[in-house]
Amino acid sequence: MNVPQNLRYNSSHEWVLLEGDIATVGISDHAQEELTDVVFVELPPVGKTVDVGDPTAVVESVKAASDIYAPISGEVVEVNDAVEADPSLVNTDPYGKGWIFKLKVKNAAQVEALLDAAGYEALIG
Amino acid sequence: MPVSTIQSTPLEKLHVRLGARMVPFAGWNMPVQYTSIMDEHGAVRGAAGIFDISHMGQFIVGGAGALEWLNKMLANNVAKLGDGQGQYSFLLNEAGGVIDDLIVYRTGENDFFLVVNASMIEEDFAWMAKHLTGDVTLRNESPLWAGMAVQGPESAAAFAKACPGQTLPPRNGIVRFPVEGGEAVVCRTGYTGEDGFEFFCPAGEGEAWFEKFIECGAKACGLGARDSLRLEMCYPLNGSDLSPQRTPIEAGLGFFVDLEKGDFIGRETLAKQKAEGPAEKLVALAYTDKGAPPRSHYPLEDAAGNVISELSSGVLSPSLGQGIAMAYVPAALSKLGTELFVDVRGRKFPAKVVKKPFYKPATAKA
Repeated sequence: MNVPQNLRYNSSHEWVLLEGDIATVGISDHAQEELTDVVFVELPPVGKTVDVGDPTAVVESVKAASDIYAPISGEVVEVNDAVEADPSLVNTDPYGKGWIFKLKVKNAAQVEALLDAAGYEALIG
Repeated sequence: MPVSTIQSTPLEKLHVRLGARMVPFAGWNMPVQYTSIMDEHGAVRGAAGIFDISHMGQFIVGGAGALEWLNKMLANNVAKLGDGQGQYSFLLNEAGGVIDDLIVYRTGENDFFLVVNASMIEEDFAWMAKHLTGDVTLRNESPLWAGMAVQGPESAAAFAKACPGQTLPPRNGIVRFPVEGGEAVVCRTGYTGEDGFEFFCPAGEGEAWFEKFIECGAKACGLGARDSLRLEMCYPLNGSDLSPQRTPIEAGLGFFVDLEKGDFIGRETLAKQKAEGPAEKLVALAYTDKGAPPRSHYPLEDAAGNVISELSSGVLSPSLGQGIAMAYVPAALSKLGTELFVDVRGRKFPAKVVKKPFYKPATAKA
């Protein structure tokens, strides 16, 4: 299972990459494997303000819809239109082309509170 | 359903060994998928897949007058069956609502083999037992049998390899032959639209046969693919597309009802609906554009935004790459081409009433 060292993780399987005050959010390799074939991604509107734990996007496989929660608070500043056009990017490149949305971070300490790679690896066993 | 009442099929340990993701379904712990629904769906459309159907029920009806009695209990005409033939039928309540949809096979002059839905075994049995008359006998053999459905254009080839010297029955037929531990019952039917067969064997032999069919070219498939395959064909799912509140006429399955054969339970309502036309009909809906997968219970709206119904089934069709669904709608909105809207978490996706089925298998059934 691929768990990049440079990312932070939410226990609900979102990953976060913090660059300056912008956090990119996607779902982990483990999560995409659990979901299997992703056939639809519902993106949040740009400009939406979210708090930690808010359902912010939806990733759907043939059989189930799964909420993607905001791992930190912030404002949605960009969404990945490419995954709307080709949802399978979430399966094939979950940490790259399969990212889902970007947040302008309110409080960087919230990122620190997320799991590191070792913690997430322990969680998914 | 409490965990303690979840039942296991004779194949459960094998599913786990094969890496299946197990889920509770109709009171049974069943594989939803092994690799992915898309993979497994594709295997059935393109080659062959195998499903565990041990959870389904098997009833044996016999004794003098069995045919006449079944004809009172079921909506289709059992008298049309010759020995070795089967038909799709319905067990109806007094109001014409569907208790269960099932397949009845005639295996001898007064011998019938019925395959019923997993969740309905007890209810069907109680209903039928309550109505038993004369010398008719009814036996529930469900725990004795392991069952598997092998489906897809290469299913006949898999059978030939796994059962050398044996012949598949014709479409809708049934044959029996001796196997280790007893007898195999093979029915040429299916729930995917592809050529295929159902194979029933003594419960203790189930694992060995399932593995043998895999060796002979069938890919292990779970309930996820079974659902997307059957919905592409508009085959109804009992409990979703069929219920005690809906009749076969409303469901568009009047072809499997024989109003001319004499009286049967539920006939009165069906005859009236057939004469007057049902107030609501089960229609096939296809998205006209890309959209979030439709799923059962999602609200359905008319062009003016009024909620008129909810989806009874829905999926993103793996074969068509398009959202497909079924729903009961007022007869006035059931015409082909009618535009309706599926509400997915507040977003409206346009869909059209289309002809059934959604998908035509490339391999016509024998």
